[in-house]
Amino acid sequence: MSSLFSSSIGKKLLMGLSGLFLMIFLLVHLGVNALLLIPDGGEFFNAGAHFMATNPAVKIMEPILGLGFLVHIVYGIVLTLQNQKARGSATYASGKKTKGVTWASQNMLVLGITILAFLVLHIAHFWVKMKVTGSDLLEHVTINIGGVPTEVENAYALVNATFSELWIVLVYMVAGIGLAMHLSHGFWSSFQTIGFSNNLWRKRLTTIGQVYAWFVGLGFALIALLQYLFFQA
Amino acid sequence: MEKTLNLTLKVWKQNGPREKGRFETYKVSNISVDSSFLEMMDILNEQLINEGKEPVAFDHDCREGICGMCSLYINGRPHGPDDDVTTCQLHMRKFKDGETIIIEPWRSAGFPVIKDLIVDRTAFDKIIAAGGYVSVNTGGVPDANALPIPKPDADEAMDAASCIGCGACVAACKNGSAMLFVSAKVSQLALLPQGRVEAARRAKNMVARMDELGFGNCTNTGACEVECPKGISLSNISRLNREFLTAKIKD
Repeated sequence: MSSLFSSSIGKKLLMGLSGLFLMIFLLVHLGVNALLLIPDGGEFFNAGAHFMATNPAVKIMEPILGLGFLVHIVYGIVLTLQNQKARGSATYASGKKTKGVTWASQNMLVLGITILAFLVLHIAHFWVKMKVTGSDLLEHVTINIGGVPTEVENAYALVNATFSELWIVLVYMVAGIGLAMHLSHGFWSSFQTIGFSNNLWRKRLTTIGQVYAWFVGLGFALIALLQYLFFQA
Repeated sequence: MEKTLNLTLKVWKQNGPREKGRFETYKVSNISVDSSFLEMMDILNEQLINEGKEPVAFDHDCREGICGMCSLYINGRPHGPDDDVTTCQLHMRKFKDGETIIIEPWRSAGFPVIKDLIVDRTAFDKIIAAGGYVSVNTGGVPDANALPIPKPDADEAMDAASCIGCGACVAACKNGSAMLFVSAKVSQLALLPQGRVEAARRAKNMVARMDELGFGNCTNTGACEVECPKGISLSNISRLNREFLTAKIKD
């Protein structure tokens, strides 16, 4: 066990497990975002955001999520640097004409950096304002949660105002497509890496992976676009 | 009348491991479409010897696709433009008259060039020596059905055993990873009762040796599987991951 994480397969296990964990997070995140599409002036979304901000389970998961991102990013960089060294500096003059290899699978680091760049912006737009600096838009509103009047932050107003700017929406669309491509390889690859694949499951996992990747990636992009197009006062 | 080809060859020439290499351009003519790629190389070398020049060094042995000795990265692909064949099985009919063919050695830090198109593949032997065997003599062929083995397992073991260790997987891999090779060697033994006994130790030792020799980390792109002359499946890599991880966790 001691030398597990210094071995190539051990490091990739961390990559795969953190990837799977982040993919579960993305589904939860998309689920809450979907509440933005309910045309009720954001009441449902605010209730969802309030739940996510106050629920003790979510509070415990927050630092673990941060750790998940950190492990995935650090090991992604470490493994890629090792791989470049193992490949060596000599390139093929006749290029690479191997067919049937997806572009995404060969450019996971580039796609990852794209997502990371977006993540920095995304955290500055929402997480920092909601948790650190505060914002005038977040002024408390009272909503009914299960018949109980509760005072909550108006997270919807912040989201709605952010998505009123075209450039932000465009960045979200690009990031959504980048995320979809990253996941289109990452989904099946993480299962393969933890050892859960064979000839039959490979077909299933790649198919499920494509559906998952584009559902999530386009889902986030589309919600931002719909907010811009149809939800502005 | 027999069809023949006139070709321009751009061949990697390198005097020694530490020397700087370069491409040399040669012309060959009247190459029969029925000849193999290595026969074409023989014709080139004969021509060079007759001209008093040094022939091109390249690896070859059985010339029937089972020894794993031939290599060559031809026009952007290990073992050239055909699927599921080794370079010795590649026919010249896969090329067009007047075509320029670029011939390079395997490129990977784990396979340094010895001379011209020959690379040092002893790293694979070292990985095998780390555990790619059964330690005890298991005797002659057992009676059929004395030791029942499920048909799917027998088939998969046989498929994995068809790996000839040519190194095309490493040559095709953007990470210089040897995982397809190691996984085939681990799988062919782990799937059968005689090899099962040492499966955990074998997986750990072979992976440790592979890492030590500086091969890269697999990112599951699948380029190795496409270029493998024996069609070794990526499912072997998942099996290797499984074998290795369970062995490590049990420690």
